[in-house]
Amino acid sequence: MRDYIETKDWYLSNFKTFEESLNGESHSGIHKLRKEAISNFSEMNFPTIKDEEWKYTNIAPLLEHNFTSVNPDTDVPAIEENIINKFKFDKAENSLLVFINGHFSENLSKVLALPKDVYVGNIASAISENNEIVKKYFGKYADYEHHIFTALSTAFTRDGIFIHVPDNKIIENPIHVLFLTTLPTGQARAKDKKLLVQPRNLFVVGKNSQATIIEHYTSLEESVFFTNSVTEVIVDENSFVDHIKLQEESKKAYHIGRMEVDQEKNSNFVSHLISTGSSLSRNDFNSKFNGEGGNCALNGLFMIDRNQHFDVHSLIDHAVPHCDSHEHYKGILDDKSRGVFNGKILVRQDAQKTNAFQENNNIILSQEALVNTKPQLEIFADDVKCSHGATIGQLDNESMFYLRSRGISKDEARIILLRAFAADVTRSIKIDFIRNYMDNIISERFGE
Amino acid sequence: MLEIQNLHANINGKEILKGINLKIGVGEIHAIMGPNGSGKSTLAQVLAGREEYEVTEGSVLYNGKNLLDMVPEDRAREGIFLAFQYPVEIPGVSNTNLLKTALNEIRKYKGQEELDAIEFLSLLKKKMKLVDLDQSLISRSVNEGFSGGEKKRNEIFQMAVLEPKLAILDETDSGLDIDALKIVANGVNKLSSKENSTIVVTHYQRLLNYIIPDFVHVLYNGRIVKSGGKELALELEEKGYDWLKDEDKETVEN
Repeated sequence: MRDYIETKDWYLSNFKTFEESLNGESHSGIHKLRKEAISNFSEMNFPTIKDEEWKYTNIAPLLEHNFTSVNPDTDVPAIEENIINKFKFDKAENSLLVFINGHFSENLSKVLALPKDVYVGNIASAISENNEIVKKYFGKYADYEHHIFTALSTAFTRDGIFIHVPDNKIIENPIHVLFLTTLPTGQARAKDKKLLVQPRNLFVVGKNSQATIIEHYTSLEESVFFTNSVTEVIVDENSFVDHIKLQEESKKAYHIGRMEVDQEKNSNFVSHLISTGSSLSRNDFNSKFNGEGGNCALNGLFMIDRNQHFDVHSLIDHAVPHCDSHEHYKGILDDKSRGVFNGKILVRQDAQKTNAFQENNNIILSQEALVNTKPQLEIFADDVKCSHGATIGQLDNESMFYLRSRGISKDEARIILLRAFAADVTRSIKIDFIRNYMDNIISERFGE
Repeated sequence: MLEIQNLHANINGKEILKGINLKIGVGEIHAIMGPNGSGKSTLAQVLAGREEYEVTEGSVLYNGKNLLDMVPEDRAREGIFLAFQYPVEIPGVSNTNLLKTALNEIRKYKGQEELDAIEFLSLLKKKMKLVDLDQSLISRSVNEGFSGGEKKRNEIFQMAVLEPKLAILDETDSGLDIDALKIVANGVNKLSSKENSTIVVTHYQRLLNYIIPDFVHVLYNGRIVKSGGKELALELEEKGYDWLKDEDKETVEN
């Protein structure tokens, strides 16, 4: 098995170029973290299938490429507004923040009127302004000492979305954050540069506050690139965060994403991961309860085909009593695609009266698709209610025949049944236009 | 309307239908009776196009067309409806969604305009009364959590909405109490007319007190061993099926 030392060296040499391009910004407080992270990166090895956490996901294909960190001066082409409009979910006025190849595009972005003192913008500006909140929370949750890709992200921290909602503020409209990746133009394109796009996001939602955030990853071309994103979320006491991650990047791309959620007393965090893109994607979702009365829901739907590989690893840490977690992932797999679900719920000794539900259901549409599913409960408390389960099956023939015998075509029957299968997840999405969008994805995919 | 000739069908290599001959004219009601395992349900499923059954011999003409060449959805669009012996539960798919999609696909096939939401709902309301189906069941997932009687009534309700030319009722009466049976039979009677035909597959004579057949056929061991008028059903009720085993031998010898 190769150790990919040269791949690591490639990123280390990239870091030097990156550092030079920062100019004066390298004096900011964040830069100390970058230095630490790159030194951690240089000491770690890329995971192989011998690592328990990567047993079913072989990242060798990703490591074969030399991806180049995006230089905002040369690698971010101008994009016209009508192209961006295609990625809007509905005509209704929503706040839309656009990042092209990981870098904020102010002229394509639009933020609706926000309550006073709310910050919705790019983290690069916040860093250069020495934002106190960024200084306080950034890099504290996503562990860059043990995870090589998080170290890579932290080392190359430059831009991403930063949202800060102070105490007692409600943001009613969803904030749509579009991460659009496109081929660079001119010389950079000529050199067949493959981009390393690393959005670095931070959401801090104060006490009794509320926000709805959509992280939307997509691309203009079916090109090869690598998105390595890290999102840290702080949900303070009695606040509510509704989060959607929609990943529909090029099927030749690679996507590694980590989300770390820190939940205070009586906080509520709901996330839906919808994943249809990338040749290889790995999502780590971790949430930790620090105070009683917390509520966390991690739901997801992945639909993959051809040689796509999707992996989700989650950990919900019940460190304190009286918290509820709900995790439900559904997969629809076709062709030779492969899915991995590894969900762990940890109920620590003090976490009495925990309610934890975890389920993973998959439908396989071909002979060659494969799912490795591992729902895990680790319970050290004795007064808890926990359940977990997993299923892998095919579309039910009886139901297909029943629908067809009523005059419904085979394709339409398949769409109806797959939508119904996905419904447990889709119906729990509160945002109407995302729900409709999901139904349409299913129709488009299976209505041949 | 329907002409079945020498129909043979297998499932998993086992022959179930061993040469069925049957003619059904427009406006007629035919009852097919027979003991368990005689092939009644297989016949119903084969006519509806269940792909698990393999037709090895024979032909089925439906309004002059070769029925066996059609996929199940086209059979339905051409006017065939099967009321299932065991209606399938489909969680997550509402009854209304199923019916709206089905009805509009059938209408599209016939070159008719699709119904809009308002027209569709008023149609549903009209048909619901026919089988005394509670409104709340209509918006629920197809058959999920329905009682046995509700499932069967739902089949007749679907039939009422789709208005088939040839309805095949597969043991629609089994497991029903007398009140539910009357409701179902009443629904079927209201829907039957001079223009459409009905095949009633049943194990018990009881249903035929409420749905009066023009013809009764006895299926035994994959063949129709006896045909007659409605009085044949009463004879079966009285004598059981045993005496027909001899008839089976006769048919084989012939």
